[in-house]
Amino acid sequence: MSRESMEYDVVIIGGGPSGLSTAIKLKQLDPNLNVCLLEKASEIGAHILSGNVFETRALDELLPNWRELNSPIKTKVTKEKFLFLGKTRSLSWPTWLLPAVQQNHKNYIISLANLCRWLAEQAENLGVEIFPGFPASEILYNEDGSVKGVATQDMGIDKDGNKKDSFEPGIELLGKVTVFAEGCRGHLGKQLIEKFELNKGKDPQQYGIGFKEIWEIEDKNHEEGLVMHTAGWPLDNSTYGGSFMYHAENKQVFLGYVIGLDYKNPHLSPYDEFQRFKTHPAIKKIIEGGKRISYGARALIEGGFQSLPKMFMPGALLVGCDAGTLNMPKIKGSHTAMKSGMIAAETINEHLKENKDLSIYENKFKDSWLYKELYEARNVKPSFSWGLILGIIFTGIDQILFRGKLPFTLKHKHADHETLKPANQMPKIDYPKYDNVITFDKTSSVYLTGTNHADNQPVHLKLKDPDLPINYTLEKFDEPAQRYCPAGVYEVQKENDVNKFVINSQNCIHCKTCDIKEPSQNITWVTPEGSGGPRYGNM
Amino acid sequence: MKILVAVKRVIDYNVQIRVKEDGTGVVTDNVKMSTNPPDDNAIEEAVKIKEAGKATEVVAVTVGEEKAQETVRKALAVGADRGIHVKVDGILEPLAVSKILQKIVDKEKPDLVFMGKQAIDDDCNQTGQMLSALLNWPQATFASKIDVKDNKLEVTREIDEGLETIEINVPAIVTCDLRLNEPRYASLPNIMKAKKKPIEEIAASDLGVDVSPRLEQLKVEEPPKRKAGIKVANVAELVQKLKNEAKVI
Repeated sequence: MSRESMEYDVVIIGGGPSGLSTAIKLKQLDPNLNVCLLEKASEIGAHILSGNVFETRALDELLPNWRELNSPIKTKVTKEKFLFLGKTRSLSWPTWLLPAVQQNHKNYIISLANLCRWLAEQAENLGVEIFPGFPASEILYNEDGSVKGVATQDMGIDKDGNKKDSFEPGIELLGKVTVFAEGCRGHLGKQLIEKFELNKGKDPQQYGIGFKEIWEIEDKNHEEGLVMHTAGWPLDNSTYGGSFMYHAENKQVFLGYVIGLDYKNPHLSPYDEFQRFKTHPAIKKIIEGGKRISYGARALIEGGFQSLPKMFMPGALLVGCDAGTLNMPKIKGSHTAMKSGMIAAETINEHLKENKDLSIYENKFKDSWLYKELYEARNVKPSFSWGLILGIIFTGIDQILFRGKLPFTLKHKHADHETLKPANQMPKIDYPKYDNVITFDKTSSVYLTGTNHADNQPVHLKLKDPDLPINYTLEKFDEPAQRYCPAGVYEVQKENDVNKFVINSQNCIHCKTCDIKEPSQNITWVTPEGSGGPRYGNM
Repeated sequence: MKILVAVKRVIDYNVQIRVKEDGTGVVTDNVKMSTNPPDDNAIEEAVKIKEAGKATEVVAVTVGEEKAQETVRKALAVGADRGIHVKVDGILEPLAVSKILQKIVDKEKPDLVFMGKQAIDDDCNQTGQMLSALLNWPQATFASKIDVKDNKLEVTREIDEGLETIEINVPAIVTCDLRLNEPRYASLPNIMKAKKKPIEEIAASDLGVDVSPRLEQLKVEEPPKRKAGIKVANVAELVQKLKNEAKVI
């Protein structure tokens, strides 16, 4: 059956900060452009998860009057803390000794999901057509190999691949330019990077997994505007990660933990490290007596400058973290994602009007503050491959004394799926039991995400070799998918003394960690039926 | 034949409901909202009847705040022809909604009114029945199958004892069960077309209906947490505990 097709000037895949900024900027440059934006979540914002301490630089350029437009940017950062955690103690690090990139006094504590909802309103007011609930599942190419557009997912396919009564075929969305803004490890972006060899000569991309919970806490513990970060316990010196705690409005705190996916011990469970972290006296005393109201997790980009692929190809551009524009030492990717989208919009406008090649994106990028930011930040993350302490010392020298201008660039040596050591060579980790007050099991956490996938649909986590998890990964790495997945999707169950690998795909919160960390790259994340996945509120 | 379908905007069924700390209601800020699920079945059935050539027009109506219009827009995207949005802010009880619907029926003169059997937010299960009384029309509630026969409807109802099939005269009210059908997906081109379909906006005050609540809500609280279970060694112990501790037998 042939699919219907619709033609646009620009088709944008993904309703996060980069995609929405691309859309807004395009319509500002030329109101007559036909722009549509696809989003796989049930509504804009429902798949957005971020800290978030927001730097307004890109927004100031995009919508200079944002303060008058009832934007959800309200809580100014008023106070900052940085703690080194030992097992029971904590050491406060004076903020004046933090590199400038880690100082936040001009920034705001926001919900990025709500910012995206608001950006979507601005985009719709400018005439952008936004379609939530429609995942782009397939890239379409012209005969000359250039990108022609995308096709949306077929709806109403049962788990064996047959059409149900409700079957609704996907639609082809054809753009003069297609912009991929899927966020970290976008499943189409990944195909484009491979097909057009966009990462040729670049370091392997580096990722982290970020967790976030929203707590409503007692008045006496709440200090609106307070931003706190920690490093150290419960992670050991060789594992990269740390926490954030942002005191937002309405007595809420945004509490989260990020762990580099280059960790080596297959017994490590990022989820349990986060749960355990909350039991530290310095953290527990703040959330005790409060109530956890949200949970979520998402992979994020950590590779920065060295791993940033080429962002243009015939007919298409990559923006935001679909390429990887997050600034790791700043722990911020929203303003950089937005800026990359705005530059993409300028590129597209000149491409359509003056027939300039899309490759001008690269020069525009290099002339922007975004490039300068990423360049100066480039050596921080790789220096932590020497461990936390050396990393901090080096970062102090690099960021405070030289402000990122050291005349060399450190390399990322390995992709994250290559870093696990065999299970029998690494210590097992004994995680404490959940107390259901401060710490919780995965099932009750996933429940809070509002995740749902229509039942009776094909599993959207594809195994290249279905036997590999049991025949190889279980034996060698104790099947780490059971632990790195933050939603309990993967289980090894014993049935009549035979091990079976179970994929509970309906639990998937679309974080993409499995696609990144699986040691043999055996798991591929593809789009499930539209609207599936979490229903995040103000994450 | 013309079918009026009432749709309601409620908290999405996947969202975990939280009670406000002050006990005045449930939290709706930062919460995903959707069309009440059995209302989707009501729309689907109306559209199917129209597609079968047995109805000429499907009109979707909602009563509620500004954003309630999204539910009408969604109904238009799956086949309703036009929409009506009666704007009211604040708490709305089933009686107020049915009185408003009565006015809309007076104006639109439909032959059938469909709606979900109940809304998943307040679970009242009253609006259809009240509307039936106000209009003095027959009603078929909990419909899991609807056959349109000239000026009659044959409706199969989900009841406690099983299934009951009744025949009622048109005009009539039908409240729909989730088993009635499988709602279709809104396709992208249809969502675009729906943006151009008309939605008439009416202020509730213009209808002359008193929408003020008749019930005084004292407090909303979460159900008590379930206590952890225990294991019993044998049937005798189970019976003893049910008798003496649980006091249920």
